[in-house]
Amino acid sequence: MREVAIVAFAQTEHTDHDTGLTEPELLLPVIEEVRVKSGLRKFGFTCSGSCDYLAGAPFSFVSALDSLGAWPPISESHVEMDGAFALYEAWVRLQHGDIDSALVYGFGKTSTSDLREIMTLQLDPYYLAPLGLDQLSFAGLQASARGADRAELDAIVRRSRADGRTNPYALNLPDPTPEDDGHAAPITDGAAAVVLVAGDLIANYPRPAYITGIAHRIEPHYLGMRNLALSASAADAASAAGVGKGPIDVAELHTQFSHEEPILRDAFGLPAGTVINPSGGPLAANPVMATGLIRIGEAAQRILDGTARRAVAHATSGPCLQHNLVAVLSSEV
Amino acid sequence: MPSELSESHVLEFPGGYTRSTGPVIGRFLTELRDGRIVGVRTADQRTLVPPLEYDPHTGDPVTDEFVTVGPAGTVAEWVWVDSPRRNHPLDHPFAWAMIKLDGADTALVHVVDAGHPKAMRPGLRVRPRWRAERIGQITDIECFVPEVTMIVSPVRAEYTIKPGRALTRFLEGVRDGVFLAGHCATCDKVYVPYRISCPECGYLIAEERQVADTGTITTFAINNLPDPRAPQVPFVSAYILLDGADTPMIALVGDVPAHEVRQGMRVRAVWVPEAERTLAMSNVKWFAPTGEPDAELEN
Repeated sequence: MREVAIVAFAQTEHTDHDTGLTEPELLLPVIEEVRVKSGLRKFGFTCSGSCDYLAGAPFSFVSALDSLGAWPPISESHVEMDGAFALYEAWVRLQHGDIDSALVYGFGKTSTSDLREIMTLQLDPYYLAPLGLDQLSFAGLQASARGADRAELDAIVRRSRADGRTNPYALNLPDPTPEDDGHAAPITDGAAAVVLVAGDLIANYPRPAYITGIAHRIEPHYLGMRNLALSASAADAASAAGVGKGPIDVAELHTQFSHEEPILRDAFGLPAGTVINPSGGPLAANPVMATGLIRIGEAAQRILDGTARRAVAHATSGPCLQHNLVAVLSSEV
Repeated sequence: MPSELSESHVLEFPGGYTRSTGPVIGRFLTELRDGRIVGVRTADQRTLVPPLEYDPHTGDPVTDEFVTVGPAGTVAEWVWVDSPRRNHPLDHPFAWAMIKLDGADTALVHVVDAGHPKAMRPGLRVRPRWRAERIGQITDIECFVPEVTMIVSPVRAEYTIKPGRALTRFLEGVRDGVFLAGHCATCDKVYVPYRISCPECGYLIAEERQVADTGTITTFAINNLPDPRAPQVPFVSAYILLDGADTPMIALVGDVPAHEVRQGMRVRAVWVPEAERTLAMSNVKWFAPTGEPDAELEN
């Protein structure tokens, strides 16, 4: 494998409401920030993650290119998924060996519509979507299957919100209460960007965050075909990415519901000493389609600033942790 | 500065998006329209419900063998919806559930109309409630409903009853504003209400006595549920040992806050006006504190 490293990460100061900025307008300062941090103005490849159903318009990602300046024409791609999966595509593209840099970004505004019902539209159109199964309901089925201890989940929410309050980019959410229990990630608008480099270019950066392993695995979409108490695909992806090959200082997990944390902790075999979601994680800010990329960025940032030596990042897609991506980031190759 | 302008916007495919079903899903939906639920067999003889074109475990195409399953099934997981959304299939609270239909190896995601979350549990047996008009959609099953495990049996019979000799005599006393007791000469015990035989020795009681309408509370209960015979909630019912009696009588206690009622409290019967008295215990409105010092209780 060709070594690939993250050298820059930026995100918006996420909001729980529509500030009146379009998606390209949200993105613009974030792209500029990673350009400054990486010292790169042009990239060998650009890949983004977003969702037309969030924007309510077809090919909404095309207008996001306005925030890049895509002229003369650039080599560009898009996934209708979280930006973390765009990062995977960029990593694969860098493996080709003919380019040494890539820009990855993700963005989403969940404030403009009803996210719970937008997520119904991502379900299979024959068996699930016609029932009107919404995001909270299918998450509830998984929480029921997991049978997690309520006190443990409450503690996860409390910790996530407390960590989020110390993170200037996350929402400033109070301790949970019975009326605002926080087990579902908050409605959030935001964007994030990451710069990847490979080959000789890595030498320009004193402390890159090497991607020593990255893999994604998927399970059947239909909920009744899987054991929702576990995440076999997350375990497989973690194994393929080499999570267990060394100590893990920090894990940034794409947990949009509190019960997903124990499921993923088990799937990854995380040791008790691993700090989970020190950024607050998605329970403190969930700009859908950027949230997974932010997990990779937050984990990488801890390598970049020297506070962690080896970190795990996770991103997910589909109902009830259907599709899981795991990246291992390290200060050393 | 961002603009404060906003506008509503609808994304919709007019008339809905047309999707082909393929042979496997199409077969399932066709059977559903006919009121049957079928699964498809995989190469290793597992039955997928609802059917998929490929075995999710192996990726191999499924066989062309369809088998009828259910219609009954067992709830595996469930989650309750208190406030149905606009797009939900029912407009009243319901459960989403993973239902393993009889004969299937996988679970169907659907709705259970159980009325109340306490009616839901893993292992609950359910059956489909079919729509009268079926069109070949997963919603041709309106929902699942629990199997019948309980019925309600109305019980009602009408009677004409009489109080018997002893109670009639006691009520005559109450009509006249006195409590009548029976004194057993063998046991030397005074029973109130009046009785014609002694429950201890079994001998007939020959002597009728009047006892006082004052007495002492031996024990009591504070009742927080309304009762047509009680004037207010909470109300206190108490055992009252009338002066001169050896057995306590149950009666209401009033004219005092419930929390002040205590064992040993001295009370007196509050009678309704003489003109209103009948052959009934309602002649005694309740017992009210006399204000005397509390009595020592023997036991």
